[in-house]
Amino acid sequence: MKILRSGILDTIQDSGRCGSQHLGINPSGAMDCFSSQLSNAVLGKELKSPVIEFHFPSSQILFEKENIICICGADFLPTINNQPVPLHHPIVVNKNSILKFSKLQSGARCYLSLLNEINIEKWNNSYSTNLKANAGGFKGRPLLTNDVIGCKENFGVSNILKNRDLVVLPWKAQDTVDTRNEIEFIIGSEWHWLTKDARESFSEHWFQITNEADRMGYRLAGQKLFANTEEQLVSSAVSFGTIQLLPKGQLIILMADHQTTGGYPRIAHIISAHLPILAQKKPNDVVRFKLTSLEEAQKKLVNQKKYLNQLQIACKFRLEELLHAAL
Amino acid sequence: MSIYHPYTMFPLGDSALTIDFGNSIDDQTNQKVLQLYHQIKDAHIPYLTDLVPAYSSLTVYYDVISVYSTEHSAFEAISELIENITEEKPKPVDGTKRLIDIPVCYEIKYALDIYEIARQKNLSVEEIIAIHTSKTYRVYMLGFIPGFSYMGLVDEQIEVPRKTEPRPNVEAGSVGIAGRQTGIYPLNSPGGWQIIGKTPLRLFNKDLAQPVLFEPGDEVKFYSITEDEFEDFKKRNS
Repeated sequence: MKILRSGILDTIQDSGRCGSQHLGINPSGAMDCFSSQLSNAVLGKELKSPVIEFHFPSSQILFEKENIICICGADFLPTINNQPVPLHHPIVVNKNSILKFSKLQSGARCYLSLLNEINIEKWNNSYSTNLKANAGGFKGRPLLTNDVIGCKENFGVSNILKNRDLVVLPWKAQDTVDTRNEIEFIIGSEWHWLTKDARESFSEHWFQITNEADRMGYRLAGQKLFANTEEQLVSSAVSFGTIQLLPKGQLIILMADHQTTGGYPRIAHIISAHLPILAQKKPNDVVRFKLTSLEEAQKKLVNQKKYLNQLQIACKFRLEELLHAAL
Repeated sequence: MSIYHPYTMFPLGDSALTIDFGNSIDDQTNQKVLQLYHQIKDAHIPYLTDLVPAYSSLTVYYDVISVYSTEHSAFEAISELIENITEEKPKPVDGTKRLIDIPVCYEIKYALDIYEIARQKNLSVEEIIAIHTSKTYRVYMLGFIPGFSYMGLVDEQIEVPRKTEPRPNVEAGSVGIAGRQTGIYPLNSPGGWQIIGKTPLRLFNKDLAQPVLFEPGDEVKFYSITEDEFEDFKKRNS
């Protein structure tokens, strides 16, 4: 696989790097973990397999060998050899096919999974690119023009193609990321540092995602919130989805590349099941926060994972059937 | 009553739990944090995905899917687990701490803020160096960016707040002060600490099995080197 032209920020990610946060090594991983896992599930692959995460404008990719791919997440109107192809479907591509993304239709991040998977080494238990440490993924950095990334060759697919350029296989994922603007949170340990007014404002007002929104975090614009204490915190752990109150009353939501520890009040946390919704928001989009309970948050996460697991098993079965029939 | 009491536990989002020993920077509290950290780590519990010790808290990240059941929430299950561990008699800790000597060049070329601190504190640059190298510091925690060490406590005479405007890029190896904390930037990074010198040592190397030089609980002593010695170190280590 070769990058013909690089995009603004395309990296190899998986579901994140566990077990190194005590060294200050942040977990990274896909911003929209649901879509990245969905793209793997549709191909019947392990959910934590490596994928490419694209931002728009995205890279153009030449598949030098045949493969089966799946694109999930944001809709950047993907084409193969200039022919539009759908999201959420497995697509068999012939060798020398070119994948392009033509327009940012909706969302912010798009994921590509490959059946004959990207052939890279793990760094500290994960394939994810850690941009701070310049480690993991492909050479620890975003993909650049002329990069050649090897793929494994476990599955031959030429019998499915039968000389065609591409074949869209009939099955697809039903549940995909929703585009709602109401995102659920649970309260953080410093929630009660907010004044009563501020607590109410937090769930009543709309907040806008500013231009300072990247893989590290989203700064929000909107109603300023005030604390009823001058107390200072010593640094301690923060998490993907933690909402911190900055000294001037503004909010920041920590995203996948967040630092491991911080000292600002943690007033709330976006629930894990809704982080994918947030990961598909862009600067100028508006969101509103809705309170939920920890139990409800965990239930939603478990249900999401159940769906992905079931889909993965079903798709694996269908794909194996197809690969055998084509022999 | 276990040695760990009193402490509080609260959820850090829906996939982590923080055990908090009080909002403070002191050796005794941090010792408790690290003791519990090792105790939980040594239990090798597969569904705990990350353990992050900080100044006065320990955060445990867990895999909700593995712990979730309809009878109890995953948070309840994990907090019960932690409570049980804190009731166990902790293993005697190995009293031998690592002492790591860190060479620092305090020349103005690298010590971007040292003159300003000297002026503010009414000290000479030599006095600041003498004070900074006189103590053995404890690595309380690592965080912020890969390998960044939070150490302390520096002598009150050289205690200075963070810069009001953080620098967009602080060079790897830069040694800084923030309040009574001192630390070293392991990578080029934006940063707001007051920079008083630079070490030629590499604190982060992704190609090593242990990519980070320090571990929480280490003791660190700085010693002053000249610019020539700094260059020598660099050459020998490259």
